[in-house]
Amino acid sequence: MALFGFLVRRILTGIVVIWLVATGAFFLFFARPVDTVARQLAGRAATPQVINEVISNLGLNQPIMVQYWHFIKNLVQGNLGFSYFTGESVDTMLKQDLPPTISLVIGGLVLWLVVGLSVGIISATRPRSLFDRSATVAVLVGLSMPVFVIGELLILFVFVPLNKHGFTWIQTGYAGISQGVLTWMGHMILPWITLAAVQAAVYTRLTRGQLLDTLGEDYIRTARSKGLTERRVVYKHGVRAALTPVVSQLGVDIGQLLGGVIVVESVFGLGGLGETSVQAIDTDNLPVIIGFVVLAATFVVVANIIVDLVYAVLDPRVRIA
Amino acid sequence: MSIGGIEVEGREAVAAEAVLDTTNVEGRSQWQLTWRRLRADRVAMVALVVIIIMVVLALAAPLFVAITHHPPNIAYPNTGEDASGNPVGPGTAGFWLGSDGTGRDLFIRILYGARISLFVGFVTTGLGAFAGVAVGLIAGYFGGVIDTILARFTDAVLAFPYIVLALSLAVVVGPSLTVIIAVIAFFSWAAIARIVRGQTLSIKEKEYIEAARSLGAGPFRIMFLDILPNLLAPVLVIATLYIPTAVVFEATLSFLGLGIQPPTASWGNILSEATNFYQVAWWYVVFPAAALLITTLAFNLLGDGIRDAMDPRTERVFAAGRGRRRRTKRDKAADASALDVAHAAPSGPTAGSS
Repeated sequence: MALFGFLVRRILTGIVVIWLVATGAFFLFFARPVDTVARQLAGRAATPQVINEVISNLGLNQPIMVQYWHFIKNLVQGNLGFSYFTGESVDTMLKQDLPPTISLVIGGLVLWLVVGLSVGIISATRPRSLFDRSATVAVLVGLSMPVFVIGELLILFVFVPLNKHGFTWIQTGYAGISQGVLTWMGHMILPWITLAAVQAAVYTRLTRGQLLDTLGEDYIRTARSKGLTERRVVYKHGVRAALTPVVSQLGVDIGQLLGGVIVVESVFGLGGLGETSVQAIDTDNLPVIIGFVVLAATFVVVANIIVDLVYAVLDPRVRIA
Repeated sequence: MSIGGIEVEGREAVAAEAVLDTTNVEGRSQWQLTWRRLRADRVAMVALVVIIIMVVLALAAPLFVAITHHPPNIAYPNTGEDASGNPVGPGTAGFWLGSDGTGRDLFIRILYGARISLFVGFVTTGLGAFAGVAVGLIAGYFGGVIDTILARFTDAVLAFPYIVLALSLAVVVGPSLTVIIAVIAFFSWAAIARIVRGQTLSIKEKEYIEAARSLGAGPFRIMFLDILPNLLAPVLVIATLYIPTAVVFEATLSFLGLGIQPPTASWGNILSEATNFYQVAWWYVVFPAAALLITTLAFNLLGDGIRDAMDPRTERVFAAGRGRRRRTKRDKAADASALDVAHAAPSGPTAGSS
């Protein structure tokens, strides 16, 4: 019951947040002069009459509150509007872009958590070992690398030489799962590594520090003196407590993940949501940009609710209600 | 258990000198002590030298233009491109690090990119530190509703996908250096504010603040003259660690075409242009990437070094290949129990618990 109340409250505040973001985005973008878009659409040699016609066709000559009302009404019905240029529904466009983006996010997230947590745990249980020191150096390099540089270096030193020598499994661009899981993975493996690298470094550092602190606690000594195996002490007693700050950090980082997605999609030409939105910015295609912003906000809100739930499961002291 | 070997070992360099130099005993300020410890830290010193070299190279960019006769934005289709129009390699025809996709001098463009990167790094971090300290001090000192509002706002900024805002602003006002600096500064103050707020909360309960208040000092006098000086150390550390983040941020925006606009060189837009030449010009990617990585790595290492020097007891994350032992909580506990055993307690491990 407590869980139910918590969910209802979080979903309601989530909706408010999404509404605020959508409203902010709407006024931010529509506060600009409308004739640049119309001029692009109408072509270079357009007369003022033609431009005015385009503006009224797009509904851009109506009072801004009327436009806002239309926007919100459509939004509630799940309609994000239509592209200025192709007239295509933004919903359809974004839906088409979802598969590469979802492939990227899920694979990258799994890789980043698996690598970050396991390297962090191994480092913390063997402090000052060769493994720990190498991991520390790798983490520092990872933290100092921009995402797109990792991607470019992977293309230059992995993709290009491998393909030159006839090893063509690893590819850039996107291939759907329908073309075979192996093909799909071959296309996604470099983007996953790129997206995960920097964050894995952050989480290695965080997990290692937290676990080292936790392993110095009194109750760990108690667990040891009870005669529990070291494995049980570390994983059952240590890791569980050390993970709570890591999970709450995850809530903060979900938003940053989106930034990474935009960059990785652009580097590897995956053609997902991020790449579409960057292209929309180049062409002033406002409905597409707003659609992306609203979708991004929804993603962050949902991800944060999930993170809070996981947090409560991991740490019994956290009251959900 | 801060007694015994822990303190002494951490400051052994200073202590040893004090013993040698008994004829001329002088008090040293916290900053002098910090600088001494930092100077003994080889990794941090190398990082500092690298940063200084980077800054000097960036400032001296026009000098290199005079030497190479290759202004940053001039293309040399005859000497800077090979027969098929591709970039020429390092060392060819006076192009020290090769040429770029349109026959411009890559080395010179990297130097001019360094000017942008370092400028953005320092300026945004300065602005962010200034705003972060102000917000953190006010939230921590006044507490109550002000604190709640400011703290919520800080959390919101920390969780906001910054690239989305940067994208939005780039659309609305058009990309420019000012917009980049504004966006990066906007996202850099929040982390600093959070730390300053936490420190202020604990410092404001100290007796000397009580004393200042009873002498009639106003809130702003207390905040800026009594509390602020005690916060400079953590702020300096986090600011040093923020500079590389800002550098990476600028490069990323420029890479996406939302930052510094061509033909002005920036490490981000050089690397973006390089994407079309993967197959033929490795130097086009490797050198700007190396410049970026060396700079951010140096700032990260220096920041870690300053943090250690400020507080010798903190655990050092980067410890490979260094003489000083890294101390973990477990080690400290082990030391402490060892001490106890050695001093008196015959009862073994239990004596170590305190």
